[in-house]
Amino acid sequence: MSTNHRGIVVEGLVRTFKGDIHAVDGIDLEVAAGEIYGFLGPNGAGKSTTVHMLTTLLPPTAGRATVAGFDIAREGADVRRHIGAALQEAALDTFLTGREHMDLQAGLSGLGKADRARRGTELLERVGLIEAADRKVGGYSGGMKRRLDLAMALVHSPSILFLDEPTTGLDPQSRSALWDEVERLATDDGVTVFLTTQYLEEADVLADRVGIIDRGRIVAEGTPDELKRDIGGDTVEAIPADPHDLERAAEVLARFGERAAHSPKGVAVRLSRGAEQLADIVRALDDAGIALAHLQLHSPSLDDVFLTKTGRSLEGAGEEDEAAEEPVPA
Amino acid sequence: MTSVLDQVGLVARRSVRRTLRQPALIVPTIVFPLFLLAVNSSGLSAATDIPGFPASSYLDFAITVCFVQGAMFAAITAGTELATDVQSGFLNRLQLTPLTRLAILIGQMAGATTLALLGAVTYLAVGVIAGVDVKSGVGGAAVLIVYALFTAVAFSGIGATLGARTGSPEAVQGAFPLMFALFFLSSMSMPRELISIDWFRTVATWNPASYLIEGMRSLVITGWDGTALWRGVAIGAGILALSFWSASRALATRMART
Repeated sequence: MSTNHRGIVVEGLVRTFKGDIHAVDGIDLEVAAGEIYGFLGPNGAGKSTTVHMLTTLLPPTAGRATVAGFDIAREGADVRRHIGAALQEAALDTFLTGREHMDLQAGLSGLGKADRARRGTELLERVGLIEAADRKVGGYSGGMKRRLDLAMALVHSPSILFLDEPTTGLDPQSRSALWDEVERLATDDGVTVFLTTQYLEEADVLADRVGIIDRGRIVAEGTPDELKRDIGGDTVEAIPADPHDLERAAEVLARFGERAAHSPKGVAVRLSRGAEQLADIVRALDDAGIALAHLQLHSPSLDDVFLTKTGRSLEGAGEEDEAAEEPVPA
Repeated sequence: MTSVLDQVGLVARRSVRRTLRQPALIVPTIVFPLFLLAVNSSGLSAATDIPGFPASSYLDFAITVCFVQGAMFAAITAGTELATDVQSGFLNRLQLTPLTRLAILIGQMAGATTLALLGAVTYLAVGVIAGVDVKSGVGGAAVLIVYALFTAVAFSGIGATLGARTGSPEAVQGAFPLMFALFFLSSMSMPRELISIDWFRTVATWNPASYLIEGMRSLVITGWDGTALWRGVAIGAGILALSFWSASRALATRMART
């Protein structure tokens, strides 16, 4: 099913594992060339299984997909020629240096000896590893390993880049540096980026569009703004100073909107007109003689989107599903 | 597009670099067989007094055991290195390149083969210094080294099969005692015809490892013995073919890329 679509097209993709586990359960998505697509979900949701299928490392059980115009099941070699991938493990050889990694990757990708050295140096410079290039990778920090992984994925100038949880475990500074590089790749070089993440902020900051996956199914898709708009406006949460006032506070707030998720000590409503209602709320609570310990206006986040679509919060949602992603082929 | 030969070269270079940068792999491969040789040749030296014993020095008789043990270490190294690549995800990285399965398999053996070469040269050098008399001369010593490498590569196929199938370095290392037992139940310490326990002699006669050892040993204690060499090489070739076939199948299952 070769197509002219230079991005990614997925139709009804399914992957099952032993024990009738549907790690990916019929997903459809489309990523335009040059777009950054954020694939957001908790651990075990099916993100890595999807990436493994799209990068041809794992045959799908059903459905079909094209990457860079090539069928992932029938034209694996063509797909691999057009993609770069930094998978979840940041699989590097601790006994080799950064430069040796680049040389190996470039050589296996078909570059000649002179081009290998030039390309390796160019990419090591770009990811800020030139000074550490001749040190063994065993001594690299997590951020350095991720950057080397990214450099290796770019060695053959792929048009599509798969990044599987590229910033998991990184400190904020390393994370931010990697975001900048990914953004530059998409903006300056026109690289299509398929990025999986369990970090809301990452999807929010980086992705042009986001697909939220839970238990193998895409539960929402759109730009971050669209997704947030879809679930309604801002929420306000009030925590009374006296816990006995909780019920009365709820009655007051009910006049301003529908009940929303809240902390155990507070009460929250989704505001129909947004922040402009805040002053009225404060006045109404004051009129009712309710002293407040805390009042917070909260704009919708992707976690709220996830909560609305799945009934669970993204944080911690994956723990119960983790077993589902064990790659034991059926 | 890189040729298969270039691919093998690239993977082999990485494999050799990795191996040579791990003293924990090199030291036991060299020290352990020599240590066992020292213990056996002093403890069992009286065996040369047994009528019909084919050598006047037990050191001459036992030196080839080092080469076989070196081959076993090479097999374990090949297996653990491949299993480590499966476990760490490095194999996935390799799969994303145009690299062929054959190139991975052959390239990955290079480190283990280098280890076996280092071992073989050291055993021979130490043996000669300690008084080993290689009856087949300098040419025979060279053949002995090549024979040891050939055995190491054949056994590395078994290690690679285990590594690819299990994806667990610990599981590969767990197979080491089994391989060791296989060699103990051979003519490793005593010529077959002089083994007095019937069942042991029968097992040693059926054990292909006996013929591998006897082929190697003939170069040291007999000279050029065509029959012993032919048998040993045939057994080695059989193991090589079977082990590479099974390793290739195991790797094909592991590399599920489309």
